[in-house]
Amino acid sequence: MQSVFSGPVYVVRDNIDTDQIIPAQYLNLVPTIPDEYEKLGAYALCGLPESLYPTRYVKEGQLDSAYPIVVAGRNFGCGSSREHAPIALGSARCRVVLAESFARIFFRNCVATGELYPCEITERLCETLKTGDVVTVNLDAATVTVQQSGKVYSFKPLGDVRPVVDAGGIFNYARKSGMIPAQG
Amino acid sequence: MGMTVAEKILARASGLAFAQPGDVVEPKVDLAMSHENAALVINQFNEIYQGTELTPRIWDASKVAVIFDHRVPAESPKTATNQKKVREFVAAHALAKFHDIRGDVGGICHQVLPEYGYVRPGMVVVGTDSHTTSHGALGAFAFGIGATEMASVWALGVAVNVEVPATIKINVRGRFSRCVGPKDLILYLIGQLTAQGANFKVLEFQGETIEQMFTSGRLVLCNMSVEAGATAGIVPADEETARYLSEEAGVTDSLDLVQPDPDAGYEREVEINVSALSPQIACPHTVDNVKPVEQVVGRPVHQIVIGSCTNGRLDDLAMAARIVKGRKIASGTRLLVFPASGKVYRQALAKGYVGALMQAGAVVMNSGCGPCLGVHEGALGDGEIALSTTNRNFKGRMGNPNSEIYLCSPAVAAASALTGRITDPRDESL
Repeated sequence: MQSVFSGPVYVVRDNIDTDQIIPAQYLNLVPTIPDEYEKLGAYALCGLPESLYPTRYVKEGQLDSAYPIVVAGRNFGCGSSREHAPIALGSARCRVVLAESFARIFFRNCVATGELYPCEITERLCETLKTGDVVTVNLDAATVTVQQSGKVYSFKPLGDVRPVVDAGGIFNYARKSGMIPAQG
Repeated sequence: MGMTVAEKILARASGLAFAQPGDVVEPKVDLAMSHENAALVINQFNEIYQGTELTPRIWDASKVAVIFDHRVPAESPKTATNQKKVREFVAAHALAKFHDIRGDVGGICHQVLPEYGYVRPGMVVVGTDSHTTSHGALGAFAFGIGATEMASVWALGVAVNVEVPATIKINVRGRFSRCVGPKDLILYLIGQLTAQGANFKVLEFQGETIEQMFTSGRLVLCNMSVEAGATAGIVPADEETARYLSEEAGVTDSLDLVQPDPDAGYEREVEINVSALSPQIACPHTVDNVKPVEQVVGRPVHQIVIGSCTNGRLDDLAMAARIVKGRKIASGTRLLVFPASGKVYRQALAKGYVGALMQAGAVVMNSGCGPCLGVHEGALGDGEIALSTTNRNFKGRMGNPNSEIYLCSPAVAAASALTGRITDPRDESL
């Protein structure tokens, strides 16, 4: 499994709610239909106010984001239980969200769907990093290295969450570990 | 050491004698609720069985509830098709607790569940809706989950890998003054705790004020517990719970009124005296941006919403009707009212509340989530300001990121409808 992710970060602040991650008007899109899954990615984080976030997470007319890593403050993903939130981010090719803390349902939805790795970090990176800064996240070492400064920060190891996201969500994990019996 | 209500319920449902914060348990689920997002759950549920020789089967069709409320009646062909698909699944799997778009048995899920006696003290309730915390008002452990987790509950009948949360005790004393009530209390509390102050925790409400509060008010407290990040809110079941279930929900079974042990361990305790509490307002764009009404009065408002799973119950409509009766809603302001269920709507009609509201100029809509979902009814124009008894004021919540939402009680909403500005309902000149 890939354990190192490098790329530019997209930086957001505290209390990014699920309406900002994926506004309710797009909840009709069905993630199990491949075309609609792709479309969800185009709308990831589109509810962020342009006045505060002039750089959009996904450029107009594109389906994927240029930022594989999102850096956030406290309480990322607060609000509704909509699974579309991690799915939209995952569809936009976000692989890791590094936040000071997560709302419970969002965190569990990341794991259940296997769309991305939710990593908790005590360092308030959303103050020191800016959108476009390049970092390397190493899941095995539970560290994030900032390319420009060379600074290395540790985050809380993913523990039991890791193999489930690696497998691509709870059902794939259950299949892999024999909890769901394979045919024949 | 003793156990809190949440710890007791989780231990028992997991076949354990004892549970403490940090334990990971697999509680049996007594009730599993979804709304229109059952469509997603169905997809995930079928996915489990792909590539196996097993036939998709719900673990217990009597324990699954599906209630249409988010987009009722359907606003688009896509929604209507999703709803149709859910209806077909409900019929194929003989799901007993299905509430379609109807004036008799329909309504908002968090009103229908208690109203029909589906929720009992001591139960484990899961729902694919974050405001599933509401049902802690009846002494259940109730929490929101995503569609994939729900599919696993449908298959297994247990919630897997549930951490036992630590409990914060909220001790409430004093008597509410006129036009102040449960909504003001919970807004005040969220302001104190912050939007993430109870993340991964349970709020257990106790004290004389809670003991004297009707179940309708307790539902408001538990409904909004999630806005402080709580996994669940709980009011220990008592005589009032038994009264509500027997008188209002027609439940005749014996109840297990689970109480916390006297030596239960709480992570911390918060003391609140409501006697001097003012009406509270959550200002844009977070629910924890709470101010007493005195600091916000005079702010012009364009749309006022009374209703939702938070404040669309009979006592809420009674309060609003009493304030606007014989008066007129200010021109330039629109008042939209969403009764929480068909039953609430019919009761409000019989008692004259609907008439009083409409005579004053309110538009009384069908029961449902309405503008609180932001896709359906009651969208806001650019630059408009809403004042609402709902539970979220996130930017864009009502469908337009170029608008603002203030949250308040039904009393503040009704008083403000008369003036077109945020108004203190205790104002004698009203």
